[in-house]
Amino acid sequence: MTEAVADAAARGYVETRRAGRRVFYAIVVLLCVWVLLPIYLLLVNALSAPAEVTAFPQRFWPSFDLGSISFFVNFQGVLRALWNSVQVAALTMILSIGLGAPAGYALSRFDFRGKEAFRFLVVMTRAFPLPLLALPLAVMFIRVGLDDTIVGLALVHTTLALPFAVLITFSLFSGIPVELEEAAWTLGCTRVSAFRKVVLPLALPGIAASAVFAFVISWNEVFAAAVLTIENRTLTAFLLQSLNVSPLPLKFAGGAALVVPALLFIFAVRKYLFAMWGIANR
Amino acid sequence: MRTIRHRLAGAALATAVLVGGGAWAQSLLFWSTQANPVEEAQAMRDQVLAGFDGDVDYQSSDPGPFLTRIQAELKAGKGTIAVVGTLHGDFAAMPDDFVDLGGLGLAADAVLPPLLEVGQLGTGEQKYVPWMQATYLMAASKQALEYLPEGADLNALTYDQLIEWARTMAEATGGPKFGFPAGPEGLKHRFFQGYLLPAYTGSMVTEFRSDAAAEAWGKFKELWQYTSPASPSYNFMQEPLLTGDVWLAFDHTARLAEAFNQRPDDFVAFPAPAGPAGRAFMPVIAGMGVLRTAPDPAASIKLINYMLQPDTQIATLRATNFYPVMELELPEDMPASVRASGPAISAMTGAPDALPALLPVGLGDLGGQFNQIYIDTFERVILANQDIRQVLDSQAEELRRIIDEARAPCWAPDAPSEGPCPVN
Amino acid sequence: MPRAMPYLLLLPATLFLAVFFLYPFVLVAIEAASRDGAWTGENFQRMATHWKFVPALRNTIVLAAVVVPIQLALALAMASIVSASETGRSTILYIFAIPLGISDLAAGLIWLAIFEQSGFLNSALAGFGVIERPILFLGYQNPLMIFLAIVLAEVWRATAIMMVILVAGLGLIPKEYSEAAQVFGASRWQRFVKVTLPLLRPSLQTALILRVILAFEVFAVVVALGGTNFPVLMGETFEWQFTLQDRGVAAAYAMVILAISIAFTLLILRLLHVPKEART
Repeated sequence: MTEAVADAAARGYVETRRAGRRVFYAIVVLLCVWVLLPIYLLLVNALSAPAEVTAFPQRFWPSFDLGSISFFVNFQGVLRALWNSVQVAALTMILSIGLGAPAGYALSRFDFRGKEAFRFLVVMTRAFPLPLLALPLAVMFIRVGLDDTIVGLALVHTTLALPFAVLITFSLFSGIPVELEEAAWTLGCTRVSAFRKVVLPLALPGIAASAVFAFVISWNEVFAAAVLTIENRTLTAFLLQSLNVSPLPLKFAGGAALVVPALLFIFAVRKYLFAMWGIANR
Repeated sequence: MRTIRHRLAGAALATAVLVGGGAWAQSLLFWSTQANPVEEAQAMRDQVLAGFDGDVDYQSSDPGPFLTRIQAELKAGKGTIAVVGTLHGDFAAMPDDFVDLGGLGLAADAVLPPLLEVGQLGTGEQKYVPWMQATYLMAASKQALEYLPEGADLNALTYDQLIEWARTMAEATGGPKFGFPAGPEGLKHRFFQGYLLPAYTGSMVTEFRSDAAAEAWGKFKELWQYTSPASPSYNFMQEPLLTGDVWLAFDHTARLAEAFNQRPDDFVAFPAPAGPAGRAFMPVIAGMGVLRTAPDPAASIKLINYMLQPDTQIATLRATNFYPVMELELPEDMPASVRASGPAISAMTGAPDALPALLPVGLGDLGGQFNQIYIDTFERVILANQDIRQVLDSQAEELRRIIDEARAPCWAPDAPSEGPCPVN
Repeated sequence: MPRAMPYLLLLPATLFLAVFFLYPFVLVAIEAASRDGAWTGENFQRMATHWKFVPALRNTIVLAAVVVPIQLALALAMASIVSASETGRSTILYIFAIPLGISDLAAGLIWLAIFEQSGFLNSALAGFGVIERPILFLGYQNPLMIFLAIVLAEVWRATAIMMVILVAGLGLIPKEYSEAAQVFGASRWQRFVKVTLPLLRPSLQTALILRVILAFEVFAVVVALGGTNFPVLMGETFEWQFTLQDRGVAAAYAMVILAISIAFTLLILRLLHVPKEART
């Protein structure tokens, strides 16, 4: 009797668990569709003939007309712009982590005067519209000869990415128990070698993720890029800033031309996004 | 760790190489707001500028980056922009920052004299030289023609007939089919300044709050009932015409072009309507100027002279749908948009009741705020449904403040004035 | 040495921001508070008395107030899913993170293609026979629909950034806490509310502050979907800077954006205060 009850209870438990799993998967699928559907539609439009893009009702699968896309691929200077974009973004990544991670570490490990103020002020740099800052920056760059260089633009993009880098590395380091470090000190490590041997390996994937941010921020920035680069245009400044006045089919093709590299980049570093989670599984 | 240090060293090296590599800019920078759509910019490079003896870097941007760059070069006292190409209004906003092209070997004899004079901005110096011109037209899809009011002549339409047409169409098809470019980048203010108001008042400024102006706004309000409610997000009417959301529209010739080019048989172009005071219309003039910080003015002039050659002017028309600034015989094989809009423009400018309205002169950097008066009036009267009389009275005060601050005398169609143009 | 250490670590970032942010910022701030070289409040007065100022301020704040809580909930859900899934975890995380790589301009483009009169939504509705002729979703008499479209696009575009920060935060919470709670018979939901959320506070704070600040600078998506129908602060800043060419008033608008960002950041810092002992 009691056995049967326990049996039924167990079976019930397994069933609710199974039902729970099913709901869980349904939600996962739903969320994936929510994220992917708009991108799919963009690609449909980008891969359709101009007449199909303006037709009604619209098709929901592409006709693989490559007319609009090939316009961009054959665009004079598009490869160079792509290369410029990659360089600026990579440099932004290095600069913002190089400057931001030490600050994030200091904020998480030390108590000192002005700590809260620093954290606050760093974030506030993101609360001011960049297009207004672009004018004084451009004047400065023209005067010192940084105008129209990859480095100059990367410096501006770093101001955009730095607050993210500081904040993310701060919460990352905060999550690594200080006891681990202290244990390393007692085992004869110096502060520096303890950081290198204990903290860094744990934090590295997260640091990589915040570097991805920096990359994407730089990749997508239009305004400063349009003002500060002439010969060395980035892909975004080259394509996107005039897209809103271009014919509809080209708008979509250009949009796709910008989105796809960014997606590929995130795909390439997905391991690190995943590894962030891996810390808890250690 | 070693790999990271390795990478950082690599990055530093790359940085050094890049810094060193930034300085080889030798080509002439043509900094522009025109031909901004990607395929037009591309056509400028491939078809128009390729024939120039020298290297030209044609860059077209949005007004924001365009202006910021120019202001930065002026402030820094040195620049890379060789030639600035933009609309009349941008030059008018900063006449002091452009050099006098007159004494520098400019070869602009072929340019139509009245256009050349506009380029002096009232200073007596050639601040910019006209580059290309356009205007605004009406366009309709062929299916809209079925609903044209009886007795109406497409080439001599009145605003009343236009309203009637839009009404019939809305009622017959179950939804408004007239479209108007009232989006953020739409050129709505030009319609009010150069078309609607002068057609009713014969004036752009002086009669701003007159009864005739109130009547004009009343008419537009009537038309608005049969206007597609998506209009506040339309910037270029060619797209809603192509999708069929709109059957009848008013816009800049270059912003209608794609409709004619994609489906030449489906659309017709015709002149803007007339009101009691005449068939008002406004030209669009784009010019080329040289900033006082330009690196090599002589080279800039060379490029400008190239742009003014007949062949280049025709190539520019093909690339941008902007017309030459000189008398030219156009070849037969022009794009469909040119074949459609050319006759409509002639019909409009040559109409017996033609009433040309000129671009604002002498407003300096208040030009944007001048346009805003007309946009605000539109948004308040039409979109916010406020009382016409009250809106006109309050906007007229603002208009007077701007005109007085700029001390701008009247321009056509308003009668010439001593001192600032009066707002009655 | 130890006492100077934190300052040394902060020095590079501080110097950098002083040159590339503080210096231009001060110049713009001076521009906001002066006109023709003299100190004045005229720019702020002009801004505040312009008829679009109040709607722009209201729209910006209302939009943030609606969008950010939805994003927070969604980001928490997504982050929990990522950490709870056993198979295909990296694929799910990658898919969820995709909007990270998409600029606001491109996002505006995509959602316009959906909501346009001849767009995908109308095509789908027509395909299922729900409607006979396309509905105009983004018409000016339909401000609620425009607002809804903007909310959807913003939620789609900018939830990923919160999600990634929260995933990182969840990953740092030792599993032992949750397991201990399970031993004491806490349900899944109880464990989430009583154990996970409090421990997640530092990441929540970071995610919220960043998101709120960026929400006040919303622009490209709004312009794409709302045209001139939905003025926001950032749009007005652009308008005054470039169309009306009055840099003083534009600078004043920028100061307002900064001010409300500061106000809301302080509020979040207070609401999600992380006690000192919980910080290690």
